[in-house]
Amino acid sequence: MQQGLTETMAVPMLSPAARRRQLREKVIAGFITLMAFTGIAALVLILVFVAKEALALFTEAEARHEASLSKMFLPQVARVGRPATFTWQPVSNVPKVSMIPLFIGTLKTTAVSMLVAVPVGVFGALYAAEFAPRRLRELLKPVIELLAGIPSVVLGFFALMVMATFLQDTFGLNTRLNAVVAGLGLALAIVPVIFTVAEDSLTAVPRSYREASLALGATPWETAWKVVLPAAAPGILAACVLGFGRAIGETMIILMASGNAAIVSANLGDSVRSLSATIAAEMGEVVVGSPHYSILFFIGVQLFIFTFVLNMLASAWTKKVIKRLTGSAS
Amino acid sequence: MKTFLKSLVAVLLVALPVAARAGTVTVKGSDTMVILGQRWAEEFMKKAPATKVQVTGGGSGTGLAALQNGTTDIAMSSREMKDAESKKLRARYNTTGEEIAVAKDGVTFYVNAGNPVTALTLEQLRGIYLGDITNWKEVGGPDAAIVVYSRENSSGTYVFVKDNVLDGEDYTSSAQTLPGTAAVVNAVAKEKHGIGYGGAAYAKGIKELNVKKGNEEIAPSADNIKTGKYPLSRNLYFYLRNKPASEVKAFIDFALSPEGQAVVTKVGYFPVK
Repeated sequence: MQQGLTETMAVPMLSPAARRRQLREKVIAGFITLMAFTGIAALVLILVFVAKEALALFTEAEARHEASLSKMFLPQVARVGRPATFTWQPVSNVPKVSMIPLFIGTLKTTAVSMLVAVPVGVFGALYAAEFAPRRLRELLKPVIELLAGIPSVVLGFFALMVMATFLQDTFGLNTRLNAVVAGLGLALAIVPVIFTVAEDSLTAVPRSYREASLALGATPWETAWKVVLPAAAPGILAACVLGFGRAIGETMIILMASGNAAIVSANLGDSVRSLSATIAAEMGEVVVGSPHYSILFFIGVQLFIFTFVLNMLASAWTKKVIKRLTGSAS
Repeated sequence: MKTFLKSLVAVLLVALPVAARAGTVTVKGSDTMVILGQRWAEEFMKKAPATKVQVTGGGSGTGLAALQNGTTDIAMSSREMKDAESKKLRARYNTTGEEIAVAKDGVTFYVNAGNPVTALTLEQLRGIYLGDITNWKEVGGPDAAIVVYSRENSSGTYVFVKDNVLDGEDYTSSAQTLPGTAAVVNAVAKEKHGIGYGGAAYAKGIKELNVKKGNEEIAPSADNIKTGKYPLSRNLYFYLRNKPASEVKAFIDFALSPEGQAVVTKVGYFPVK
């Protein structure tokens, strides 16, 4: 735009049509800039709002007493005469607000879902991009993307009604609703995310790479695995990060299928309570401004920080990978 | 299942303030009372088509919070208002609020239909929900771990059981919390070793436990709940900020009329009059 301006000054004699075109360009550029800054402003304002609501935890005496950082992250004595534990029990005569069971719950469901969704999504994309006949590929892509269009409440309902009983009968789990059921339900939601982005980055790998590899005598499988997949690594990593972000923030499926018991255990067959589902389940009941309310917003801040840090790490790593692939060119 | 989904939606919607409009009565709160509230609204709107009555669930705490935040005209609650809540109400609106009992209900404990246990004492129920009793054989059942279902802590039934069965102590942390009584019933119906609780109106496809008192087993029957003989009977309430006026008054008067109380019986609860 700078250049355009100086040009206008240097060449004052423009035809009316050219001037109109220039004006139109300027209006469009301004509109796009406005939209971009609206997006950024919205994001910043949301963050400010969420952080402001959570801030009361640190500034108000009542909230500080009820939910200090040590109460959130260190074990507390729940019942007199019992050992100190990590307990999430915010509605109680003595509120107990340990974040640890919620962290564990979130990590368990996220781990299960990523364990399932990453291989399915990435290998599905690799198959669609490299091996599937054209016709099948044209069918496969929209069908999997359609899965992304299913509302998560429907996926949650499916996990609750169908998968839970099936998994319990098959594996003899103690409880119907647990991290495995919730994680698998979650996987249904993130497979299309990972698949779509990974497939796009795989098909974007230049044809010449494949041709060179095949010309050197590599089999199609070797080409796909050792050439195309590494070349698309940054995009595939981005797909996984996107999937991870969705998994950590996804609420409805977990709310419905996880059992929502805040248990500290490593067993995937136990019920779990996640950070996001806790916000959804409890935000309705709290009185605005109470310590419990602030804690729920604080959980929101933590979720934000998680995904933010993860995205930063991923983008740093992606840069490194790109550098390695392209040499020191960029 | 309908209420279950509705309550889920309500959980998501509670953050959105509902602007009160002229000719509109908003009713929000207890999931136990959602169906009842909706039937009342339907019948009432047939008689007074100019008035719109909007009924949503979300749990008693949700309704009472909405009352304090000024986003609903009537809060439905399956428990009495807490001191802290009426204090907030006084601070904001300088009123103590109006409490109107509109129906009666009994909290029933459910077990899977295949469970041989038919009655438990309040102490046994307390032990199970506190996490002191973890196997059915300790209360005369099969040798299997007890799977404990509870409601989300925004539920009035959650608070009722906490106050009346657990003496105010906390639920065991391995209690699985589900959104809505329908979800609890569904879970217990599918979980062989499950136990859950909720209003009597929802109890279909599972077995209702009697409460043992001494040698007597008291069933959660209509008579026992109406007379208060069943130890876990409760009132269902409407809460308001001020004395009811205009449309709100008309709606409440309808709910308490013989016609309105007939609706209570039809839905499966018990009339207050």
